[in-house]
Amino acid sequence: MKQRRRLTKWLVVLLILHGIIAAAGFFAPYDPVEQDRERPYLPPMHIHMMEAHGHFHLRPFFYPLRLREGSFDQYEEDNATAVPLNFFTRGTTYRLLGIVPSRIHLFGAASARVYLLGSDAYGRDQLSRILYGGQVSLLAGLLGAGITLFLGAFIGMAAGYFGGWRDDLLMRIAELFLALPWLYLLFALRAFLPLSVSPLEAFLLVVVVIGMVGWARPARMVRGVVLSVKERDFVRAARGFGASDIYLLRRHILPETASVLLTQATILVPQFVLAEMTLSFLGLGVPEPMSSWGNLLATLQQYNVLVSYWWMYLPALAIVPFFLGYLSLASALHERTSTYKIDEKSKWNLS
Amino acid sequence: MRYFICRALHAVFLLFGVSLLTFLFSALTPGNYFDEMRLNPQISPEAVTALRAQYQLDRPLPIRYAHWLNAVAHGQMGFSFAYNSPVAPLLWVRARNTLLLTATATLLAWLLALPLGICSAARFGRAPDRVLSWTTATLLVIPDLVLALGLLILAVRTGWFPTGGLVSVGFDEFSALQKLRDLTLHMALPVTALVLATLPMLVRHVRASVAEVLDAPFLRAGAGHGLPEHKLLLGYALRAAANPLISLFGFSVGTLLSGSLLVEVVMSWPGLGPLLLESILARDLYVVIGGVLLSMVFLVAGNLFADILLYWADPRIRTAASAK
Repeated sequence: MKQRRRLTKWLVVLLILHGIIAAAGFFAPYDPVEQDRERPYLPPMHIHMMEAHGHFHLRPFFYPLRLREGSFDQYEEDNATAVPLNFFTRGTTYRLLGIVPSRIHLFGAASARVYLLGSDAYGRDQLSRILYGGQVSLLAGLLGAGITLFLGAFIGMAAGYFGGWRDDLLMRIAELFLALPWLYLLFALRAFLPLSVSPLEAFLLVVVVIGMVGWARPARMVRGVVLSVKERDFVRAARGFGASDIYLLRRHILPETASVLLTQATILVPQFVLAEMTLSFLGLGVPEPMSSWGNLLATLQQYNVLVSYWWMYLPALAIVPFFLGYLSLASALHERTSTYKIDEKSKWNLS
Repeated sequence: MRYFICRALHAVFLLFGVSLLTFLFSALTPGNYFDEMRLNPQISPEAVTALRAQYQLDRPLPIRYAHWLNAVAHGQMGFSFAYNSPVAPLLWVRARNTLLLTATATLLAWLLALPLGICSAARFGRAPDRVLSWTTATLLVIPDLVLALGLLILAVRTGWFPTGGLVSVGFDEFSALQKLRDLTLHMALPVTALVLATLPMLVRHVRASVAEVLDAPFLRAGAGHGLPEHKLLLGYALRAAANPLISLFGFSVGTLLSGSLLVEVVMSWPGLGPLLLESILARDLYVVIGGVLLSMVFLVAGNLFADILLYWADPRIRTAASAK
């Protein structure tokens, strides 16, 4: 029971996290590509409840930042004008989940732009870019995992069910893919694909590349399951009734591989999100002006950004809760499937 | 003996497969290093064609592959277009730097992981184990890219460590002690990143495999005989738990060349990683293939090394192999 609760808990956490990213338009105060060239590299603003001379406000407010006297990149708070935060305010139009057009944002300000997590070189709002970038990164991870699992299930079932030379050949190739370090494989695949493409093409390219890399492990696991399932009585009985190979695979064998595929999915998705981040960070993935968690970090490769603008590091932290969620979910799933092995001490427990 | 020959043959086949695979991928590549020259009005199309012919890029794939294999046999590994030199010497220098970094990191990580893991397993479920489990769990959810960048920012803001490169300017004039100090300072950051990235995995594996054998009757018997705990743990439990750990160690050795790619790029360590990235961006084909293959050789050698170690350490494998 306790394991079941843990499973539900982490599922809910993950759902909420994904929900926030999916509804980025609502949570983000601005459009991710909207520039404000007057305010590059603005540090994160502070939200106040108390004015400088001790006056308390019920509504949170912030002070707009202005350049410090005699400086060209140091900002200070302009204490003269307090700008109140408005909630559920009207702002730029966006499409919720890509479909429903809306103008309502969670928060915003009327007379000045609010930068909760600072701004980048073009004065674009970091928070908005992180939220929208999450859509790209997570989608790449999820689609990549989908492709990988599809390939893995397909190849694994073919190898396990038909056996013989097909099994040998497929498993040798799988060994090859398992032996290659995945980052190298990713690079090698990416190296041999076109470099300069449009953002959307680049995104699809990244998804395909990521999806092609990891099929070997799920394929081997699926094969193992299929090998044992195909000798079970209900499968033999169905075969005896004259069921075709395709029918057997789809109706009787595929459902048995579901738990393996599910566990693999929870492991693969965060890995692939990280893969997208890595590729984009290195300039091989999703290009500007599209934002992704990886290419938001790419500016950190410039020394001056690294030295002066620490808030450009914040996008890196966005992935941490997702990692935590997926890893915990994976361990909860693992525990559930191997309950019979575990006595009072759970050795493989992740947290 | 047959066991080793079998293993070695397997490894060689694997390497062949990888080289063939990378070559096939490279044949599917749209564009190559000389394509950019074509856009340059100062270089005549004939010159580009001549260059392509010189590097045999106009030949069909099987012939190129044969040529390349021949070059590998002569220790050359093809030709780098961008550096205008054979690939092998380029790779050696970079591989040496990478090895310096990763060997140190791997050694450190294992030296830390073994005592921590054993300690954790011996106190299973109690306070030290809990603390350690939480620490490793926390480290585990921080991806290496995030970790490396975070360390880099820390270094830049505090100014304690140099933030890139192998040595400082004027390294040649330093005394031996200064040289050592300089190198250590430069290595500190990437080594820390690598150790922190691999440590949680290692500690978990050590803990799990030691904890698994701790229940064994022979250990309880040993404890009943009054053997002291450290002797039980180090002399008996560790030995029995060694099998998966040796495989893991082989894997660590195998990833010496490939595991630090990202950290090297982030920390601008002049190893294989940045070279590989540059050559991918420049479409410097043979460097990419050479780099991938070199790291593969290491991976395969690491696995082979683990097999040999296992054969030596685990009597079960010895008897199984000789019974064949």
